[in-house]
Amino acid sequence: MAAFELVIRPREGWQPVDLREIWTYRDLLRFLVWRDIKIRYKQTLLGGLWAVLQPLIAMLIFGLLFNRIAGIRNVGAPYPLFTFAGLVPWTFFANAIGLASNSLVGSEQMIRKIYFPRVMLPMAMIAALALDMLISLVMMAGLMLYYRWPTTTALLWLPVFLFGSCLASSGLGLFLSALNVQYRDVKYAVPFFTQMMFFVTPVLYPVSLVPANFQFILVLNPIAGMVEGFRHALLGSPVSWTLVTASFTESLLLFLAGLFFFRRLERTFADVI
Amino acid sequence: MQPIIEIRNISKRYQLGERNAMYGSFREALVNTVRNGWQRLGREPANGHTPSRADTCLWAVRDINMDVYKGDTVGIIGSNGAGKSTLLKILSRITEPTEGSVSIRGRMASLLEVGTGFHPELTGRENIYLNGAILGMHKHEIEARFEDIIAFAGIGKFLDTPVKRYSSGMYVRLAFSIAAHLDPEILIVDEVLAVGDVAFQKKCLGTMAEAYARSRTVLFVSHNLAAVESLCNRAVVLHQGRIAFTGTAKEGISYYMRNLSAEAPKEGLHVIDLRTARGRSEKYQPHLRRLELYTEGDTPLSGDLPAGAFLKAVISFELKDPCTSFDASIAFDTDTGQRVCTAHSAYEPTRAHEERSGEQTFVCRIARLPLVPGEYNLHVGLDIGGHEVDWVENAARLTVLRADYYGTGIVPTKGTTLIDNRWTLRPVGITI
Repeated sequence: MAAFELVIRPREGWQPVDLREIWTYRDLLRFLVWRDIKIRYKQTLLGGLWAVLQPLIAMLIFGLLFNRIAGIRNVGAPYPLFTFAGLVPWTFFANAIGLASNSLVGSEQMIRKIYFPRVMLPMAMIAALALDMLISLVMMAGLMLYYRWPTTTALLWLPVFLFGSCLASSGLGLFLSALNVQYRDVKYAVPFFTQMMFFVTPVLYPVSLVPANFQFILVLNPIAGMVEGFRHALLGSPVSWTLVTASFTESLLLFLAGLFFFRRLERTFADVI
Repeated sequence: MQPIIEIRNISKRYQLGERNAMYGSFREALVNTVRNGWQRLGREPANGHTPSRADTCLWAVRDINMDVYKGDTVGIIGSNGAGKSTLLKILSRITEPTEGSVSIRGRMASLLEVGTGFHPELTGRENIYLNGAILGMHKHEIEARFEDIIAFAGIGKFLDTPVKRYSSGMYVRLAFSIAAHLDPEILIVDEVLAVGDVAFQKKCLGTMAEAYARSRTVLFVSHNLAAVESLCNRAVVLHQGRIAFTGTAKEGISYYMRNLSAEAPKEGLHVIDLRTARGRSEKYQPHLRRLELYTEGDTPLSGDLPAGAFLKAVISFELKDPCTSFDASIAFDTDTGQRVCTAHSAYEPTRAHEERSGEQTFVCRIARLPLVPGEYNLHVGLDIGGHEVDWVENAARLTVLRADYYGTGIVPTKGTTLIDNRWTLRPVGITI
């Protein structure tokens, strides 16, 4: 139910998100996150195990392809550990922008029939996926035990990079979900875009393998620094702080831009969707 | 007293035509972004980037001014496309107005449908929480009403079953129960009652009436004029996006019926062309051709008829294939959509005829029209082989005038039907 005195009038220009309103609707956000977690693996045999299986299978296949066939060695850690540490944030990011970008269109009926801060739909989706990321981190711990790989104090950085991954995913997720309402092209472009992005993210190869004149591509990639950061925090691998700083700056800008852009398009959602 | 809802010059414009296609495309957007600048993105309600031209615009609502005071129950009525839903969507904040402002002073809840956001995979219990939160309730508010909600819905042992396994009746009961336990100061209701069968709708209406008594201010949009009449004390009639009439519910309904009911033909015409009638359901081909109305001495009927007068209806229709079994009917409804009675050729005991084809005409004679003075709508139907093949709603409109039906000088005004009745007073002392 709305606040005590409410004034409805056309909005002008670019406006930030109304934080007070989001606070009013906090229970809704909670229930939406909880719904997204509950229904994601409903009527599946393996349930939450999929959160672990996705990066695990990817790790095995890529390990075979890149390690054995393409011959990428000397990554500073056992190749499966190296890959899995990168796949944790990457899988989260890829799923997040995929699911978030369809979150509004998928809730068309709700948007047409009732008011609530629309930003909650993509955000709830991303929050629910963050839980998957935590589950796969448990798997990562298991792998590290298996390989007897020691943890370092760098592990303290992990929450920072978890946060950074959420920031990058939310920024892009907000942007794409709003755009998808107007242009369904987004639905077709996102999987393709994600696939392209995978190649310019150092998941399967170390940054050191990228020729110097191509490094700028990594610097422009908000998730590249997060992948590097995860690896640093989990495995104590050396890290390019320039890349990390660049990625964090980009993620923050992306998030803010995403919020404003979302707010701008929000007013037409019910008419256009 | 300060109004609880203050609507000032509210207008909403939509774009029409090609540009308003459901899905835009990137190509178009890119071209337009370059042409018009990034600034225009998200500005136009319909497509965000097309310069508006008068001929491609539609003002769904225009210059609406209205004050609603605490305790009012306002019915909003109007034909399809009059702007009722758009107004409601603006008030519920689903869509933004193009111009004007609305001030709302109180906790508001809007119900444009029941069960919004229900997820089939979630259990009844889970959906109560989710739907409650979507409707704007806090967790503790939902918890406080939880027992009442399940009791009213009567889903007891199915509480932890996914709602996709519910019967449609249970599903609607649960959805409705959550909605009925909202306790806002202002309630905005669209045709949420357009679910379930007639019996369930009636039950819902009853519960709604109670809910309305609890919550102090209600805005109610409905095609169900009877519901508006019984639930609302004020009515606002919308016509082509503007307010055409404001007054009591009764006045509003009769204004609407008299002037705006799109299907009602103009009065004074006793021959009504049914081939192009607007009241025909889309599923029917136009078999019915013409309805003619006459009264005493075959005088063409101009729409006014004294109670108890002679009514002759002539119905012409086309039989495309030769057949022996066909029937026509005329139904009489009150202003508020209640069926009073139906005259049907199948009720004629002496009827016998051979196979027919081509244009045919039934003549129906009603010796004494037994309707209480008031306004009535006539619907015409055609059955072939026992199946309804055509049906025209509101084919004609009849005003029944006050007349001395019983020869006593007393004119009934209550109810809808006049029955022939004789009374005797038993002589004193006789008990059988």
